[in-house]
Amino acid sequence: MTMEQSTALAPASRAVQLLGTDLSEKNLKLHLEGLSGVDAVGLEARAAALATRSIKTSSKVWALDTIIRLIDLTTLEGADTPGKVQSLVAKAINPDPSDPTTPRVAAVCVYGDLVADAVEALGAAHGSGGPDGIAVAAVATAFPSGRASLAVKLADTAEAVAAGADEIDMVIDRGAFLAGNYGKVFEQIVKIKDACRRPDGTSAHLKVILETGELNTYDNVKKASWLSILAGADFIKTSTGKVQPAATLPVTLLMLQVVRDWYRLTGEKIGVKPAGGIRSSKDAVRYLVTVAETAGEDWLDPHLFRFGASSLLNDVLLQRQKLQTGHYSGADYLTID
Amino acid sequence: MSFLEYAPAPESRSILNLRKEYGLFIDGQFVEGHGKQFTTISPADESPIARIASANAQDVDLAVSAARRAYDKTWSKLSGRDRGKYLFRIARLVQERTRELAVAESLDNGKPIKESRDVDVPLVAAWFFYYAGWADKLDYAGLGPAPKPLGVAAQVIPWNFPLLMLAWKIAPALACGNTVVLKPAETTPLSALLFADILQQADLPPGVVNIITGAGDTGSALVNHAGVDKVAFTGSTAVGRAIARSTAGTGKKITLELGGKAANIVFDDAPLDQAVEGIVNGIFFNQGHVCCAGSRLLVQENIHDEVIDRLKSRLSTLRLGDPLDKNTDIGAINSREQLDRIRTLSEVGEAEGATRWSSDCAIPDKGFWFAPTIFTGVETSHRIAREEIFGPVLSVLTFRTPAEAIAKANNTPYGLSAGIWSDKGSRILGVADRLRAGVVWANTFNRFDPASPFGGYKESGYGREGGRHGLGAYLESSWGQFGKGVLTRAASEPKGSRSGTGEIAAAKKTSSRSASGQKRGSKKAVAR
Repeated sequence: MTMEQSTALAPASRAVQLLGTDLSEKNLKLHLEGLSGVDAVGLEARAAALATRSIKTSSKVWALDTIIRLIDLTTLEGADTPGKVQSLVAKAINPDPSDPTTPRVAAVCVYGDLVADAVEALGAAHGSGGPDGIAVAAVATAFPSGRASLAVKLADTAEAVAAGADEIDMVIDRGAFLAGNYGKVFEQIVKIKDACRRPDGTSAHLKVILETGELNTYDNVKKASWLSILAGADFIKTSTGKVQPAATLPVTLLMLQVVRDWYRLTGEKIGVKPAGGIRSSKDAVRYLVTVAETAGEDWLDPHLFRFGASSLLNDVLLQRQKLQTGHYSGADYLTID
Repeated sequence: MSFLEYAPAPESRSILNLRKEYGLFIDGQFVEGHGKQFTTISPADESPIARIASANAQDVDLAVSAARRAYDKTWSKLSGRDRGKYLFRIARLVQERTRELAVAESLDNGKPIKESRDVDVPLVAAWFFYYAGWADKLDYAGLGPAPKPLGVAAQVIPWNFPLLMLAWKIAPALACGNTVVLKPAETTPLSALLFADILQQADLPPGVVNIITGAGDTGSALVNHAGVDKVAFTGSTAVGRAIARSTAGTGKKITLELGGKAANIVFDDAPLDQAVEGIVNGIFFNQGHVCCAGSRLLVQENIHDEVIDRLKSRLSTLRLGDPLDKNTDIGAINSREQLDRIRTLSEVGEAEGATRWSSDCAIPDKGFWFAPTIFTGVETSHRIAREEIFGPVLSVLTFRTPAEAIAKANNTPYGLSAGIWSDKGSRILGVADRLRAGVVWANTFNRFDPASPFGGYKESGYGREGGRHGLGAYLESSWGQFGKGVLTRAASEPKGSRSGTGEIAAAKKTSSRSASGQKRGSKKAVAR
């Protein structure tokens, strides 16, 4: 199968640049299979070693604030309502009412049909994720399973973008990936990327969720990361949060190694987003250390690294208060959302 | 300030309750030495830690006599089960006092606290647990039924893993029923002296373990003492050779664990990121003060540039500094003497035409430090490719084919360890089979486990430590004694002789156990 359509698409320019203009499934497969393997024991040992860094005093203060700045505050429940989204947005804008110096989170992450509610609730606080304001991220493409036709996925994406989503969190077709049908996965990403374009020519940022818990091996994670980047991903993201295991430190380390390698090869920076299962500040600090010591400190920026999390924020706020007051408060001193 | 300049996170020294002076630990007591006292210092800032006694020939004699008495009167008479109890107890005490031991080790040796805390001390406990388990199962060690201990073991250990080497030596010796006189290295006596305190706490019978401090002449007096039955030495090849010479013909049994110049072979199908980690761990672990360090990197020529490039960027994230800071990756060089040696050989490397690269890290004003260094363009004929540097210096050589890699790896007078990096299992097994090295690691490096034997080929020494094989260094096999009386009864039994002896041995053990049980009762539960 020749992917003529893909080659014609602008977002696939990375693949064309790396693999040549005769982009074909065979070509892509050869490239992915030529990547050096991952030794699971060694990868996990490295992650465990990074997790022993001791982040104290001034470093801890900075780390806690940075974690908040990097959070995609998320609600992805069947029971989500406009009211729930409003409440989430209020928390995103003002995480700790007792301390106005608390930074804001990077984005709120919701289902596509609630994007408009999130945009409205944010009002003037809406921005592109960073100092200028909180972004709205929408999960799309038949999240979380991705089991729908391409037409449905494209429509899902286009609607969310039209409703004002700044970022689209898509899922890859894990079935196609595991069946070895890399071309199909690639083409879908390219097309979703295209569907992220707005009429004014700008584009919503595309985060590609690999669902590493279903890919199962580190070699697969590496291939899927590389494939997603070639297809045009702005971010590669570990998980939907609906499958266990979700984000783990070794998987995130591996994805950071891939974006570091991509940067070394092309000078282009791709973002990484671990999502699901990161609940404590201690855990999140380990991710910061891993980012800084793998991809580099430049990546500790909302445009290059995010935490997909919901309960993490309150634990960080608890630790932040503890650093300021010298004692722990309790759950009742933090707002539930 | 950059996040990567992590704020200081020093481990507190307050857990240490050091004395100003330490004597020799002989016959269960600290006694004064008759040699000239010396001061042990912290290599990180050259500050004095404590005054240490030095044992002269007279002290050595006292220690060996104490060990002999303990062997004759107590230790050789205890059942394996009871010896095991003491060893289990020591293991648990080591675990309980882990932090204290780790701080002492990092202070005196200069190694990063994260290594002493996560590697050295946990392995020390593991070694005692492991050999505690063997103490009552020696009949099944493959050395024949009822193998016998050797007697008094003289053990001389190096400064690179002071407490771990002590454990490697003492645990199997005691499990097998020997008594011990141990001499720690001159620059790192502290953890051994704290260990003496643990022995007192464990209520180990006096004289079973004696720890005497001092320099080379103390060690020499010890290994050459006529009352010694067994010599175990870990250290340099030069000293090992001298010991082999001076003990030849004395009937003393010897094990030597000496130098190394290990090849770490990286094939082009290796898992690259993990291989880079493995290279770092191979040569920069413990500042390269590791006899089995992967000091010769053999990298396949077609990936040389990429590997070196990745290695350099990885090395630039290593943090050199205060050994007691929990984020330190590279600690201090153990002594000025060793630092001088590393410097000299590095200069030789440059003079020989190799290209030197050192990571750009701030070197503290005081103490002994050496930045992680790589030499590329090293040829097999260079001294830095042949001599053991024993520091954070990596020599990089290339190869084209597996056959060339094997030939270069084996082209050394040493043969302690080697590493292979490849994603291809058949290649790993094929290459490992042809490497003349005591330990071959595949897709990892510098991993230790008490169940795994360790030791060298050629100038790296002889004998094995660790695992079942390690028991052989401290036992006399009863197979060799057929016809000498030990097994005459078993041998004369026509059939089922093995199970026959097993039953007899078991019956004997039961009786000795109950006897020692009574003795323990009177001494308030020695070890439980």
